[in-house]
Amino acid sequence: MDEILKILEKDARTSPEDIAKMTGKKISDVVKTIKKYEKEGVILGYKTIINKELIEDDDNEVRALIEVNVTPQKDVGFDRIAERIYQFPEVTSCYLVSGTYDLLLVVEGKNIHTVSNFVAEKLSPMDNVRGTVTHFLLKKYKENGVILKHKEENKRIAISY
Amino acid sequence: MISKRVEQLQPSGIRQFFDLVLGMKEVISLGVGEPDFVTPWNIREAGIYALEKGYTSYTSNKGLYRLRLIISRFLKKRYGLEYNPDEEILITVGTSEGLDLIMRAILEPREKVLIPQPGYVSYAPVTILAGGKPIYLHTGPEGDFKLNPGIIENAYEQNTKAIILNYPNNPTGVSYNRKELEEIKKIVFKKNLLVISDEIYSELTYDFPHTPFATLKGAKERTIYLNGFSKAYAMTGWRIGYVCGPEKIISAMTKIHQYTIMCVSIISQVAACEALENGRIPVEEMKNEYRRRREFVVQRLNELRLNCLKPQGAFYVFPSIKATGMGSLEFANKLLNAEKVAVVPGTAFGSCGEGFIRISYAAGMENLKEAMNRIERFLKRQCNLK
Ligand SMILES: Cc1ncc(COP(=O)(O)O)c(C=O)c1O
Repeated sequence: MDEILKILEKDARTSPEDIAKMTGKKISDVVKTIKKYEKEGVILGYKTIINKELIEDDDNEVRALIEVNVTPQKDVGFDRIAERIYQFPEVTSCYLVSGTYDLLLVVEGKNIHTVSNFVAEKLSPMDNVRGTVTHFLLKKYKENGVILKHKEENKRIAISY
Repeated sequence: MISKRVEQLQPSGIRQFFDLVLGMKEVISLGVGEPDFVTPWNIREAGIYALEKGYTSYTSNKGLYRLRLIISRFLKKRYGLEYNPDEEILITVGTSEGLDLIMRAILEPREKVLIPQPGYVSYAPVTILAGGKPIYLHTGPEGDFKLNPGIIENAYEQNTKAIILNYPNNPTGVSYNRKELEEIKKIVFKKNLLVISDEIYSELTYDFPHTPFATLKGAKERTIYLNGFSKAYAMTGWRIGYVCGPEKIISAMTKIHQYTIMCVSIISQVAACEALENGRIPVEEMKNEYRRRREFVVQRLNELRLNCLKPQGAFYVFPSIKATGMGSLEFANKLLNAEKVAVVPGTAFGSCGEGFIRISYAAGMENLKEAMNRIERFLKRQCNLK
């Protein structure tokens, strides 16, 4: 992967000036390359990683992993049913997986009811959905490579040879 | 009460400065000589597993045979360097112990050792403690802080037994390619010197492949190859390294080691096996990160007119502060007090380090950015530079 992407993947806020310094490229070239990646859809967006465990308001979302068994359709396989499912805004991720079930969804909702309503009223009644298993997340330890914990203090001594 | 030998060891001139840094809160430190990464998890996990399994005993003096075998295979594969795990490899308590052992093993009273400067702080003391006498090889900005045959020829005195090489170098980050090493080899052969080659930063070489001195034709018989896990694998606290060399020398070093150390912690040895067997990916990741920081820091420093070369290895840069008109220690002191940024005065690494500071980029990008901004502000205020 391009150095620029590696740097942005770690810290999306790194400025083109700094990226230029880190890679030995010209600032204008860095800006151009980033624009190109955005246009091509290689870079789809820039988000902030928020540790929601630490936010103490009531409308904390709940999240569930849902295993879905699906009957594939002629010619299109799983694609059409997947599309019908992932259009729901509650679905934040949707994967086709190998193993005992077919689709794995990550679903978010305001509370347990919104998620179970989604399953009971939207997902399960679909023609090609043969069955679902819902796992509510109880605690997040690590997400997208980030450990959700306060950074520990640096244990090195402040100066050494 | 204290022996003359120890009394004559000069207390480091910058101890006070170090104490000042250690006593201050919220310092951004670019003065650290160890990685800012923790040991990769697979290596730490191997240490935990060793404890769980009850690996709590001594090992053979030379170290676990398995580790020596892995080192032997690793060196062969990576550099084409062949050492026999039975007789030519010794596991030590860091490269530090290796340095101490080699001096004690080879030096007769008052025999001399050529020591490059600016250089790592322990070379002269271990020479003196072993009864030897350091002769300094001064390098400077005019020669890009590199040793060359002329410097060695000029400094050479009768009764010199060995020369220390350290590349990539602490504190300058300078390294040598094969051609430059061949030049050094010629003079080393001519003067019939042993080569003590401290290659602890070998894995952190950015611009060309690292060449162990022992891989030069004919050099292996007179080279003691020192390496360790501290830097590349971020394992400073595990205290483990290794020495490879001719059987006679390794066996002499083992003799001292067996009476003074016995053996290296078995837990560290087990973890070191994991480091060499499955450490490639984390090492490469850390190296890539260091490389980005190096580019950033070198650019920033040159923008600030703290001129510096782009170092080829390790995680240090050694910029000149001569434009400020301040001495090294003065600069470091004032920067610390004004902006709470710690750097190491170049004089810590020998008198020819005057006019320079060592900046370690074993610090996160955020800290490096902030530190560079603070240095910029400091320069503007202090010296009306720029
Ligand atoms: C050049 C050099 N040699 C040796 C050492 C000692 O390393 P170890 O942790 O292996 O004893 C260091 C540590 O800073 C070093 O910079």
